[in-house]
Amino acid sequence: MASTREIDARGAFCPGPLMELLAAIKEVEVGDSLEVLSTDKGSADDIPEWARKVGHEVVETREENGVYHVIIRKTK
Amino acid sequence: MKKVVIVGGGTGGTILANNLARRLAHELRAGQVSLTVLSASDKHMYQPGLLYVAFGRMEVDELYQDQASLLEPGIVFHVDPVEKFVLDKNHVVTKSGKRFEYDYLAIATGSRAMPDMVPGMAENAHHVYTVEAAAKTCEALRNFQGGKVAVVTGVPHKCPMVPLEITFMMYDYFKDRGLLDKVRIHYTYPIGRVHSLENVAKWAAPEFDRLGITYETLFNAKAVDGAKKQVLSEEGSVLDYDLLVAIPPHKGMEVIEKEGLGKSGFMPTNRGTLNLEGRDNVFVLGDTTNLPISKAGSTAHYEAEALGENLAALVRHGRMVRLYEGKVFCFIEAGKDRATYASFDYANPPQPKPPTKAIHWFKLAYNRLYWNSVRGLL
Repeated sequence: MASTREIDARGAFCPGPLMELLAAIKEVEVGDSLEVLSTDKGSADDIPEWARKVGHEVVETREENGVYHVIIRKTK
Repeated sequence: MKKVVIVGGGTGGTILANNLARRLAHELRAGQVSLTVLSASDKHMYQPGLLYVAFGRMEVDELYQDQASLLEPGIVFHVDPVEKFVLDKNHVVTKSGKRFEYDYLAIATGSRAMPDMVPGMAENAHHVYTVEAAAKTCEALRNFQGGKVAVVTGVPHKCPMVPLEITFMMYDYFKDRGLLDKVRIHYTYPIGRVHSLENVAKWAAPEFDRLGITYETLFNAKAVDGAKKQVLSEEGSVLDYDLLVAIPPHKGMEVIEKEGLGKSGFMPTNRGTLNLEGRDNVFVLGDTTNLPISKAGSTAHYEAEALGENLAALVRHGRMVRLYEGKVFCFIEAGKDRATYASFDYANPPQPKPPTKAIHWFKLAYNRLYWNSVRGLL
């Protein structure tokens, strides 16, 4: 069954939210989702850009109280 | 008697052991506390020195000291790596079959480069994450007579400044050899800018432009084709090279994964207390954590100081006294004779200054001062 794993990258300047996603996506199955929590506006733009470039599905991006939530589903 | 067991004799484990030995000196002498370090090796390596070995600026034997010589009196040290973590029963079992019980356990087993994770990388790329690889890189750089140099970076990796440092250092190295007109350096990076740290990226990109180093972002190596001398990226691009320098993806140690303690060998860790999630008396530090911060010696150092204070307070009073605030300090070599640094924590991004010779010389001094640092004297 597909699952969603949370990556809490709030306050993560280095290596940063997208790097955390790049590491985590190797560890989950195709069909699983990853929800990245970030306080960095740049990564809220970078993560969907990378996902689209590679072909993963961008499920949702939203901001709540200064925290960006980006949900990506691994498609391959 | 309270028993503290530290698994791992690298930067984090050694600084933690020495920090605790000083804080609990009275209790150690009185036999009220025992402090045991279990490590896979009788030698301690200064890992950042491997970068200098690759450029012929440090010798391999300068990277090592005897681990026992770095530990405070009173610390019990065994070269006997842990193979089983029986956390429900508060003990670990070592390779030799010995059982070590603990009241508090700290795990600092580190991480390792895994070039095999990218097909073709191990066979075709040079790197600086083992002695053998650094020596081979040194030879490859020395023999290089010109062509395309490509730098690729895997995720995750330790020492996040290495991609930039090795690129700037290669530029000066080839400049000194009078080869710049025959060499084209192309830098790639996994995310949408040239470094994780935004302010470092803002400094490094114009430096690359000034030096004629080309770069490509959102580049994650998928495979290396040694016959065609090409790197294929997850994003669909193809990169030609004559000399390939990689920062390989890393994993934590095999035993962590085998014991089911963390995916890819990185353990789920509380960002403030450094507790292994769900365990009040087990702590994790250094590269072994899954924290979203740099895998670097300074991270292990600052974590060890915070944890040393907390473990001493737990032994004495049964409570912790502080949180690790995410502090990291990284030197950044900007060539052969200039450097800057990035200092940051969970709440404050770095503000790197323009590189200077003074900071470079301080870094070279730190390459020696490390042995005092790991003893807990600095």
